Amino acid sequence: MVRNSTLEKTACYHCGDDCITSDYLIEDKHFCCHGCKSVYEILSAGNLCNYYSYNEHPGATRARTDKRFDYLSDAAIADEIIDYKDKYITIVTFYIPHIHCSSCLWLLEKLNKINPAICYTRVDFLKKQLNIRYDHEKINLQQLVELLDGIGYEPLISLQDIIKKQNTADKDNLVSKIAVAGFCFGNVMLLSFPEYFGLSVYEQTFKHFFGWLNILFSVPVVFYSGRGYFVSAWQNLRNKVLNIDFPLALGIAVLFGRTVLEIFAHSGAGFADTLCGLVFFLLIGKFVQKKTYHHLSFERDYRSFFPVAVHIIENAAEKPIPLSGLTIGDRMLIRNNEIIPADAILLKGEAVVDFSFVTGEAIPVSKTLGEIIYAGGRQTGEAIELEVVKPVSQSYLTQLWNNEAFTRKSDKRMQTFNEKVSKYFTIVLLSVAFAALIFWLPVDYKRGFAAFTAVLIVACPCALALSTPFTMAAALSIFDRNHFYLKNTTVVEQMANIDTIVMDKTGTITTGTINNIRLEAILTEHQKLLIYSLCCNSIHPLSRMICQYLGNTNEFSVRGYSEIAGKGIRAFVNGHLVQVGSSRYILDCDEIVSDSTKVHLAIDGKYLGYFSFLHYYREGMKDVAALSASYDLFLLSGDHDHEKKDLKPFFPAPNSMLFNQSPQSKLDFIKSLQHLGAKTMMIGDGLNDSGALKQSDLGIAVTDNVNNFSPGSDAILDGRSFDKLPSFLRFSKDTVAIIHFSFLISLTYNLVGLSYAVTGNLSPLTAAILMPLSTVTIISFTSLATHYTAKRRKLI
Amino acid sequence: MNIIYFLIGCSVLLALGFLSAFFWAQRTGQNDDLYTPSMRILLDDDEETLPKK
Repeated sequence: MVRNSTLEKTACYHCGDDCITSDYLIEDKHFCCHGCKSVYEILSAGNLCNYYSYNEHPGATRARTDKRFDYLSDAAIADEIIDYKDKYITIVTFYIPHIHCSSCLWLLEKLNKINPAICYTRVDFLKKQLNIRYDHEKINLQQLVELLDGIGYEPLISLQDIIKKQNTADKDNLVSKIAVAGFCFGNVMLLSFPEYFGLSVYEQTFKHFFGWLNILFSVPVVFYSGRGYFVSAWQNLRNKVLNIDFPLALGIAVLFGRTVLEIFAHSGAGFADTLCGLVFFLLIGKFVQKKTYHHLSFERDYRSFFPVAVHIIENAAEKPIPLSGLTIGDRMLIRNNEIIPADAILLKGEAVVDFSFVTGEAIPVSKTLGEIIYAGGRQTGEAIELEVVKPVSQSYLTQLWNNEAFTRKSDKRMQTFNEKVSKYFTIVLLSVAFAALIFWLPVDYKRGFAAFTAVLIVACPCALALSTPFTMAAALSIFDRNHFYLKNTTVVEQMANIDTIVMDKTGTITTGTINNIRLEAILTEHQKLLIYSLCCNSIHPLSRMICQYLGNTNEFSVRGYSEIAGKGIRAFVNGHLVQVGSSRYILDCDEIVSDSTKVHLAIDGKYLGYFSFLHYYREGMKDVAALSASYDLFLLSGDHDHEKKDLKPFFPAPNSMLFNQSPQSKLDFIKSLQHLGAKTMMIGDGLNDSGALKQSDLGIAVTDNVNNFSPGSDAILDGRSFDKLPSFLRFSKDTVAIIHFSFLISLTYNLVGLSYAVTGNLSPLTAAILMPLSTVTIISFTSLATHYTAKRRKLI
Repeated sequence: MNIIYFLIGCSVLLALGFLSAFFWAQRTGQNDDLYTPSMRILLDDDEETLPKK
């Protein structure tokens, strides 16, 4: 037992986690686990140690190496995953969540050095995707994935591959439209300048030439770039809605018509530059508003939570089958940390199932033989065998998705400010235009039409249409910087209108893992060592935490180690019988219900005390609870009420805490609040909240890992930013105020323009100056104001 | 001054050339990933494999 170890914690050379033991050592490099060490070995064998020189600890922890990919050898599954296959090569794109630094990029593009059968690899860093071409004669998909997993880059394989779909689906040609509009805008500007500076008499032929060219350039702008506005205005008219696209389309049409007429009749220069500028700026606004998070998906359902395949036992042999092929009566084999994909009866083994994601219960539940286990639980402990009683699509968990909340179209929630205003705006605009026409018609019909068209041109709500997208885009990027990802820009406005906040408990206001450990026993150093040596042998999360708590010390040799899943561990350490485990295991009596999870200790049959693991509330819970001054706060938990006492300070109002809630009752609770007229925001994390998230006016999924499953939510909040929630809410209100103010500014411009327009004397130059000027004012005002308020709310 | 017709014709053709170049780049996916190349350029090329002992 001569082992050189240090008492201070050393960081793993590969992943940077604390090393609990000093077992894994190569030269002077410490590793936290066998997995990390083996990655290093693979890389050093391939002469790829530069990986570690670009960044410190670039790897992912490899503590779990029990992943199995043999289902990928099934041709049907493999075909779903690969993009392209011919006689020689196969192309596949993986989504790899761990891609995060330049080392990742470097290593993944050098896969060919590890296995020459891989001919081409290319990383898309922002999308976290890896495109691989390989020779399928020499390496198959399963080996490829195992290779990636072996170096710490496990691809996320899910049959509901939304991320891939999402990235291919939104390929409309907005960029091309902007390019065309920008191209025409630039050329028309150049051709219009001579007119503004004045052309002498003998240069009049140029005037016509320029005019014709201007029309030529306007045609693609109106009929290609601006087409979307006409389509949308027409659709809205048919649905009897007046939205902002109607005055925009009207403005574009009038601009084009008048330009063509003036140039044909040689009566003026037309408004081609205003027209092209208008469409160009509008499209830019559309582009800015359309923010995409390549690595996030807001619409995942249970399928992305379930594994791709499951192992079944058939004729005493184990084989993987795709989940869709699972039928009633199949005998499934579920290993440690695997998810049970269908409702099933336990046939063999000790099931300790973690339902925290499905029901919100924090502590794993043990099940006895013959009991039905609902789908969605995660087995912790030994491998179990189960018989399927319901197919995947009809199990308890998936029933939630049949609720009407999921079939309802969720876009029609609240009317945005823009929608409300543009209705009145259009009506006022049309009445002013007709008033001008009627006023001038008896006097001078030409002037009447001039005034009528000028009103429609000048009041075209370009600045108004731009104020929302630019403010929202700026706000979205502020939220993004603070790890709060909104689905789209209307969410900001919904957030500003919220008056009721409903929160889930497990995983939302508590962190998913229990990480507050307390030792309720007086132990000598020697006893601590004995316990440490025993716990080192177990991979149970609680044992790992005890090891971490006791620190990095010497180990004794251990004899006769045995682990009884779900109960505890025992062994002879240095001649002493050490037992660590649940109260049933150590004290032979059931645990008295208490507010914490306990692990009891006994040495040589003598009871010594216990470790308690307290649930830990997220940082900033106090600040969030302080929101009760201006919002109604509620807590909905699927868990038992043993934490009620601790939560009381956060939710002081009577009846604001509800426990033992099923997913359906959570959904119904939100519904009942909405019936009372409340605008509710639901903050939740798991499958059990998904119904409530979808039903609420604003559903926020809290997660510690943004790649996790996020059910039907409007926004995804990284757990680290939970404390900023009050600031987010205030900032959303500021954003709406900015939009209101910029609306006032654009109205002022419109009024100035209108005062020219109603007289019928609008010159193309005035229009050409007024339109870009108002646009620039709005863009700079909104971005500056958003930046300023974000600073005030301490979000940047 | 008739040279203006020719010059404007040239400039429009040139600009159309640029526009089509942009379309070509867009269609062939050159603008799909605008971030990764900026990282890739910072990585060193391989040093020669170490001499075998």
